[in-house]
Amino acid sequence: MAKVKTQKKAAAIDMTAMCDVAFLLLTFFILTATAKQPEPLPVDTPSSTVQTKLPESDLATLTVGKGKVFFGVTGKEVRVRTLELMGVKYGVAFSPEERQKFSLIDGFGVPMANLKQVIAMTSTERNQKDLQPGIPKDSLDNQLKEWIYNARIATKEIAGKELKVAIKGDAKQEYPEIKKVMDILQDQQINQFNLVTGLRGKDF
Amino acid sequence: MAELNTGDGGGKKGDGKVRSKKGNSKVDLTAMVDLAFLLITFFMLTTSLSKPQSMDLGMPDKDPDPTKNTTIDVADNRSMTILLGDNDQVKWYMGQFATPLEGPEQVVYGKEGIRKELLSKMTSVPQVTGDPKKGLIVIIKPSKKSTYKNLVDILDEMAICKVPTYAIVDITKEEVDLLEKPE
Repeated sequence: MAKVKTQKKAAAIDMTAMCDVAFLLLTFFILTATAKQPEPLPVDTPSSTVQTKLPESDLATLTVGKGKVFFGVTGKEVRVRTLELMGVKYGVAFSPEERQKFSLIDGFGVPMANLKQVIAMTSTERNQKDLQPGIPKDSLDNQLKEWIYNARIATKEIAGKELKVAIKGDAKQEYPEIKKVMDILQDQQINQFNLVTGLRGKDF
Repeated sequence: MAELNTGDGGGKKGDGKVRSKKGNSKVDLTAMVDLAFLLITFFMLTTSLSKPQSMDLGMPDKDPDPTKNTTIDVADNRSMTILLGDNDQVKWYMGQFATPLEGPEQVVYGKEGIRKELLSKMTSVPQVTGDPKKGLIVIIKPSKKSTYKNLVDILDEMAICKVPTYAIVDITKEEVDLLEKPE
C-alpha cells in the first residue's frame, strides 16, 4: 500500500522539552548556589591533602592575617544574640536596626568602640582594604576572648549546641600570632578546632 | 535557521498570491540548550567545590596553673622532634635534645624530605619497641619565625604518614639556637 509510506526523516529534533528541563535545572542551581561574600580581610589559605569539610552551622571563624584577627559567626540569631551580650559587657546599646544590619555581616575586625560606625557603613565601604584594624587581643583588652565566649553562650542558647571554631590563617602569617589565637581558645577549654585549608593534589 | 518574518511583503490588498510566506513557528533551540547546559555544569561544579576544606586539630588540655609543670615522659627511641624555622627550614632529631639518638638533620618539606624520614621512622619505631601499639611520637616545635603554612604543611605530613601521636609544643632557647646556626 502506498499509504504506509509516511516516514519522513526528521531534520530537526524538537528541543523544547530539553530546553525546559535545562533551564529548570539552571534556575535551581543558581538559586541554591551561595554567592561568594566579599571578605574584609582576604587571606590566602595554605593547602593540605586532608579532605574534611568545614561544618556549616554553629561555626565561628577566626581569620588571621597581617597580624590582625577578624571574627565571624554563622547564623543570624546567634549573631544578634552575641552582639547583645557584647553590648551588655561593654556598655554599648544597639538599636534594632543596628542589630538587623549586624546579623548580615559575615566577618568584622574592629574594637567595640568603633563597631557602631562599621555597622552603619555599606558592605562595599566596610570591605575596603585596611579599613578595619582587627579585634584587640592583648592581655589588657582582650575583646577577641569576649567575642568567642559570648558567641559560645549565644550558640548554646539558640541552637543548644557547642560552638565550633575554625582558624583561617594566611599562609604567610607568622606562627606567634596563630599561637596567640590558639592560646585564647585554649584558655576557654576549646582544644579542638579546624584549620581552614585549600585543596591540594594527592601526589604532593 | 531562526528567522523572524518582518513585514508582509508590501501588504498589497487584493493580491492573494503574495500571501505565500508561512510563519516559521520553529525556532532553533540548539544554541540555547548548549548555553543552558554549560551554565548548569558551571553551577553544579562550583556549588560542590566552593566548600572550604578544613583540618582537625586537637590540642592537649592546658593546665591553668603554670607552676605545676607536669611533664610527660616519653621513651627516647619513640619521640621524634621536628623544628620549624624561618625560610621553610626543617630540622629533626630523635630522642632528647641534649643526647639525640639521631640527627639533628636538616631536611626540606614534601615527598623527598621530611616524609621519607617520617615513613622510615613509622616502620622502624614499632620494631625497636617491639610493640605495634607503641608507635612513633612526633613533637612539632614551630619557632617564632616559621609561618602558618609551615605548620599546616607539617600537620599535613602527619596526616599523610598517619602518625598516631603528635603534638605541638613550644620551642626551647637551645633549639632556636640550633635553627639559627648555619650548616
